[in-house]
Amino acid sequence: MNDASKVIEVNGLSLTFPTSDGDVQALQDIDLTINRGDFVSFIGPSGCGKTTLLRVIADLEQATAGSIEVNGMTPEEARLARAYGYVFQAASLYPWRTIASNVALPLEIMGLKGEEIRSRVERNLALVDLAGFGKKYPWQLSGGMQQRASIARALAVEPDLLLMDEPFGALDEIVRDHLNEQLLKLWAKTNKTVVFVTHSIPEAVFLSNRIVVMSPRPGRIHEVIESDLPPERDLSIRETQSFLHLANRVRDGLRAGHSYDEVS
Amino acid sequence: MVSRHVSAMMPVAVVSLAIIVLWYVGAAMLNLAWEKSVAQRNDTPVSTIQMLRNTMHQERPVLPSPHQVVQEIIDTTIKKKITSKRSLIYHAGITLSSSMLGFAMGTLLGIVLAVIIVYNDALNKSLLPWIIASQTIPILAIAPMIIVVLNAVGIQGLLPKAFISMYLSFFPVAVGMVKGLNSPSSSYLDLMRTYNASSWQTFIKLRLPTSLPFLFTSMKVAVAISVVGAIVAELPTGAVAGLGARLLAGSYYGQTVQIWSALVVASILAALLVVVVGLLGDWVNRRMGLVRG
Repeated sequence: MNDASKVIEVNGLSLTFPTSDGDVQALQDIDLTINRGDFVSFIGPSGCGKTTLLRVIADLEQATAGSIEVNGMTPEEARLARAYGYVFQAASLYPWRTIASNVALPLEIMGLKGEEIRSRVERNLALVDLAGFGKKYPWQLSGGMQQRASIARALAVEPDLLLMDEPFGALDEIVRDHLNEQLLKLWAKTNKTVVFVTHSIPEAVFLSNRIVVMSPRPGRIHEVIESDLPPERDLSIRETQSFLHLANRVRDGLRAGHSYDEVS
Repeated sequence: MVSRHVSAMMPVAVVSLAIIVLWYVGAAMLNLAWEKSVAQRNDTPVSTIQMLRNTMHQERPVLPSPHQVVQEIIDTTIKKKITSKRSLIYHAGITLSSSMLGFAMGTLLGIVLAVIIVYNDALNKSLLPWIIASQTIPILAIAPMIIVVLNAVGIQGLLPKAFISMYLSFFPVAVGMVKGLNSPSSSYLDLMRTYNASSWQTFIKLRLPTSLPFLFTSMKVAVAISVVGAIVAELPTGAVAGLGARLLAGSYYGQTVQIWSALVVASILAALLVVVVGLLGDWVNRRMGLVRG
């Protein structure tokens, strides 16, 4: 269980939200293992609990049953140890801070000092191709650049684990493709474990080495698909047979997970 | 750019003009009765035109005409030394100093109360009814009490008047700050949680900055009512100086022109303060990146 290669270990995890008209089962019987260096995508229709599962890993929600370990610790211990960086769907940059000081925010909270903060900010802004934009305010940047800044902010903590909740969901197709390619390069360069929530099949197939297909009401894991694509990829891989084959497998999985939802 | 300013000024200019016209009509109508009784007593027929003309510059009109008030203001500001007891600038300065002290104390009190309310649920429940109740008491009733009580414990001069201003001005600040401190979106707060930020860090780096626009909006209300508070406080004390004292003296001696000019100066003072706080708020909002520019 404490195998060093395992970053996240989930066993029989369930989560119910109490609401005014009865309990809502958001997650049911989730079993999942994520290994060091994995790029895992959670894909599924809305209401399948993919974001909730990510938030449980981040200790932003608490499971009501089952067990979960992050780096061999409880999610809370992992959060207190700042074991992960979290990227939200909206860039969530503080509008009164410049880009550089937004990236510096978690470092200030960690209690780092001047020179260390400055070098980390510079390094991580360069990593997402935003060197020279540090003095700008968030509103002066495009949506894609804002999201890159928020990735730099998550990376500045230097976590081994990156949790991303539909980070490119609000961006247009072209920007999204570009950022997908950049993210993949970043992943190869930094060798981090990435858990990525999306509802886009091409995005999930392009980025991941494992795709977790989820189905809604209650949120369950329908299927875990191992990718047979080579780790070195660029956008042209989307034209290949193996990519299309994989995308079809994901689509079939989504459809199968959805079907008895429509019957009921 | 110019045309935008002009079009922004137009509605204000039209309303101001309408008010002045109404004021003149009102002055003519309200002061006519006096002119009629004078004519009757003297037993000399006076034409209505002449009587209407006379209503514009009576010694003690029921409603002084605008130009009489303007003349009085000019006489008691530009044409008097600031140190003179008859200078409105001197009196406005007295009122300004106590209202500014009260405004500063009220803002501080409002912020402190808001922080307590947001961070402590028990105090929220026990304090809030009192805070609301405090504003339901007529200020005219409680102002003399506060001044008498403070006088009994040896507090005199500026401070009792500032207390009344504080009493009025803390409320909008407290209400606005509670709203502001609770305004960060859930993703901003989640972000702080993922960083394992302490509640002090969350306060300083998130809640306080997001509350600033709310703070300045409520400070605009607070600064205007702190002037009202200072004037009200000058009435029961029998104060010899301040705009309130001018109002009181004017009403003792039936000097309506003096009353109205003190009123107009008081409202100009309050309006200027609101503009200053508004400009400060705009500057802060720009610095905070909340307004693009």
